[in-house]
Amino acid sequence: MAEIEKRKKALSVSPLKASQPVGGSLATLGFNRAMPMLHGSQGCTAFAKVFFVRHFREPIPLQTTAMDQGSSVMGADENVVEGIKNIAEKSNPSLITILTTGLAETQGCDVQRNVREFRSKYPQYDHVAVVAVNTPDFTGCVESGYALTLTEIIKQLVPDAETAATKPGHRKRQLNILAGSMLTPGDVEALTDIVEMFGLRPLFIPNVANSLDGSLTDDPFSPVTIGGTEISELQTVGDALATLVIGSSLGKAADALLEKTGVPDYRIDHLYGLAANDQLISALHEISGNEVPERIERQRMQLQDALLDTHFMLGQLRVSIAGDADQLLGFIDLVTESGGEVVAAVTPGNAPALKKMQVDTIKIGDLEDLENMAKANKAQLLIGNSHAAHSSERLNIPILRAGFPQYDIIGGYQKTWIGYRGTRQVLFDLANLVINFAHEDISVYHSIYGQKPAHEKQDREAEATCH
Amino acid sequence: MKSNKDIAELMDEPACEHNKKEKSGCAKPKPGSAAGGCAFDGAQIALLPIADVAHIVHGPIACAGSSWDNRGTRSSGSDLYRIGMTTDMTEQDVVMGRGEKRLLHSIKQAVDTYSPPAVFIYNTCVPALIGDDIDAVCKAAEEKWGVPVVPIDCAGFYGTKNLGNRIAGDAMVKYVIGTRDPDPLPPEITPEGIKVHDVNLVGEYNIAGEFWHVLPLLDELGLRVLCTLSGDARFREVQTMHKAEVNMMVCSKAMVNVARKLNQQYGTPWFEGSFYGITDTSQALRDFAKSIGDDDLTARTEALIVREEARIRAALEPWRERLKGKRVLLYTGGVKSWSVISALQDLGMVVVATGTKKSTEEDKARIRELMGEEALMIEDGSPKALLKVVEDYKADILIAGGRNMYTALKARIPFLDINQEREFGYAGYEGMLELVRQLALTMESPVWPAVRAPAPWKAARTVA
Repeated sequence: MAEIEKRKKALSVSPLKASQPVGGSLATLGFNRAMPMLHGSQGCTAFAKVFFVRHFREPIPLQTTAMDQGSSVMGADENVVEGIKNIAEKSNPSLITILTTGLAETQGCDVQRNVREFRSKYPQYDHVAVVAVNTPDFTGCVESGYALTLTEIIKQLVPDAETAATKPGHRKRQLNILAGSMLTPGDVEALTDIVEMFGLRPLFIPNVANSLDGSLTDDPFSPVTIGGTEISELQTVGDALATLVIGSSLGKAADALLEKTGVPDYRIDHLYGLAANDQLISALHEISGNEVPERIERQRMQLQDALLDTHFMLGQLRVSIAGDADQLLGFIDLVTESGGEVVAAVTPGNAPALKKMQVDTIKIGDLEDLENMAKANKAQLLIGNSHAAHSSERLNIPILRAGFPQYDIIGGYQKTWIGYRGTRQVLFDLANLVINFAHEDISVYHSIYGQKPAHEKQDREAEATCH
Repeated sequence: MKSNKDIAELMDEPACEHNKKEKSGCAKPKPGSAAGGCAFDGAQIALLPIADVAHIVHGPIACAGSSWDNRGTRSSGSDLYRIGMTTDMTEQDVVMGRGEKRLLHSIKQAVDTYSPPAVFIYNTCVPALIGDDIDAVCKAAEEKWGVPVVPIDCAGFYGTKNLGNRIAGDAMVKYVIGTRDPDPLPPEITPEGIKVHDVNLVGEYNIAGEFWHVLPLLDELGLRVLCTLSGDARFREVQTMHKAEVNMMVCSKAMVNVARKLNQQYGTPWFEGSFYGITDTSQALRDFAKSIGDDDLTARTEALIVREEARIRAALEPWRERLKGKRVLLYTGGVKSWSVISALQDLGMVVVATGTKKSTEEDKARIRELMGEEALMIEDGSPKALLKVVEDYKADILIAGGRNMYTALKARIPFLDINQEREFGYAGYEGMLELVRQLALTMESPVWPAVRAPAPWKAARTVA
């Protein structure tokens, strides 16, 4: 088990962490006709919005309770109640989430009570689901904010088996999938295909592929999300055959779902690499009772071949990785499985996944920590978000961009990392970074007895004097 | 934490025309239906371009975590400003009141690691609410480590981005400007027979390096820019701003309090101008000469304007043909609304409407002067309203801030980003060439018919 090194320095330099409200917003955006509202000052929302817009290159629905001087000191109950009402009135959403920030929590808000006040004051909006979550940014990170929000949505909106008279397996083809924050829209699409190949119908909770995939629709200005999981479908969750849980961060969400519905679940930490995907395919084989489709077996063989082709580049490769815990765990497994060595691993906060990591040390910290570790341990490659691109420049090693945010490339949000196919492409990408990056060659030696043409020597000398 | 009185004082800006009437721009935002940044956002935008300063955001992660290193401002040297620094306050810090202690140690860490000429501390909502005394911490740190540490008390809940700009400007006037005299002019770079004059630019952010289109011209005229607040600035430059002969407020009222206070305290005259478009660039150069009152400078300025305008007009000629008559909907705040209009009219384009939400009466008068009495001024900037104007007035392109980019793109309308986050520089004569390139690039792109036409099988069905 890895040693977990806690934060020691006062100042965070080149932060790796993005906040819990950002994670909560992401979870919300995976539902159809949804609107997250951050309970804080306007800037909290403005920053989160820009963060997402630059990553997804999409308009992002996100609102604010707009706390000002008065409400920050005197109380902002009114802001929450009126904020919910204004969104419900204006945008006809299916789901509004209230996500608290550090400001609101420090001030001492009680958003759950605010939602009850809203309900009694404005019964005309009873059809709009409203879920309040405590996601202050002085603790946790994107992953934890996402998990907290998903857990709360399940607790509030999934009916328990008794009341709704649902029965596991009643819908013989339905597979619930609790999708972790590390899954991109591209990942969710790929997972949909895989699940459907087994004759199952996946119900993603949430489904970011449907709402954040960047498709050009006929509706030019929807104030709420277009696409994503239908809130009404949460009624059917209890009838599903099984639940697949992707991400160790979703343990509590899975517990809540299991408790409410009794639907048996299969929990997988991540879907990076051969072993993890073997777990997935075995689970789908078991759940569906169907043979593994030939196409998937073919993809597995392709991945095996890729492991062979790339092991020359990835073997003993010294890799440094920064990311939220689930994704970090996925990459550590993938790199280790390909023969590489993770020499620096940094994550923004404590999480259940850290205990499972097969490395010596995990640092809870920032990109400065990553740089220092990578330098000390002579890392040859870096995996991290767009901010880490500066680190890779300073370290003079190549970078594979992953996680949030990716603002300096186009289409990062759509990259598929999972499945045998996704994994194969990641191996190729990693190997190509190694091949194409100038590495230390043997330095040229000119024999004193050499018979090379005279001008070569002259050119060389001229070159030397220039420098 | 700032008191209501402090904030009211900052809101009262005699040099801003909005001051006279009801402050519509300062209306209370409506929960659940608001957009825009906060005071911290505004303060950080205003000062972050000071490149060699260690900028520390004191607060939990959301303030810095989602916002560091995300602007297009460029530096010609130091890039310390691109390294995000935050105290990343934890729950323990909040509950146990350890914020001040963490801040003090953070300042030491920044000083030890990066030896910056100064440290700026941005106070945010949470420490403001729990009452961290950042002024005292900054003072103690400064005494202890001998580096200027400047408190910028800009908690988000104090107000808007605009207020944050003012808070930032105020902190510069209070703590930095006037703490050093400018370097003496080295004789070898002083051109013979020319008197060099010292000037400042306030509110110029060197987005995408665009000020480097203008700076060579100022050099040529013998105008030494002591400091641009804050594009490509260094701490030691900001310190000397009190010695300028004239200040130019560039394209924005955001830090007008700096110009006003420098005028009050040091008697420095100031004027307002813009470097967008040929007409405005020339006007700005003339205004420098006029304020300084050096006949020789005036003569040389006129000669330079003649030369540059002729050169750029010739270079723009082939583009004018392509852009002439194209119809533009311009939606941008305040001063930019008129300064960009003249740039577009210089190109023979037709501005069918312009946004005036943040414009002053004076701005509106100038717009009428440029566009005629019939000019359509848009107050409602909602996506729906903008798209309706595009349709009704048959606009070929929407020019607006990045926020409206997807309003246009999702409606399959060409778009040009005119705000701070953009990746291209449009300032000065030379910037016009970039502007026409980008205008043509989007409007003439073959993607528009491709995204507007229905899929072939759907089209066939419609016909049948």
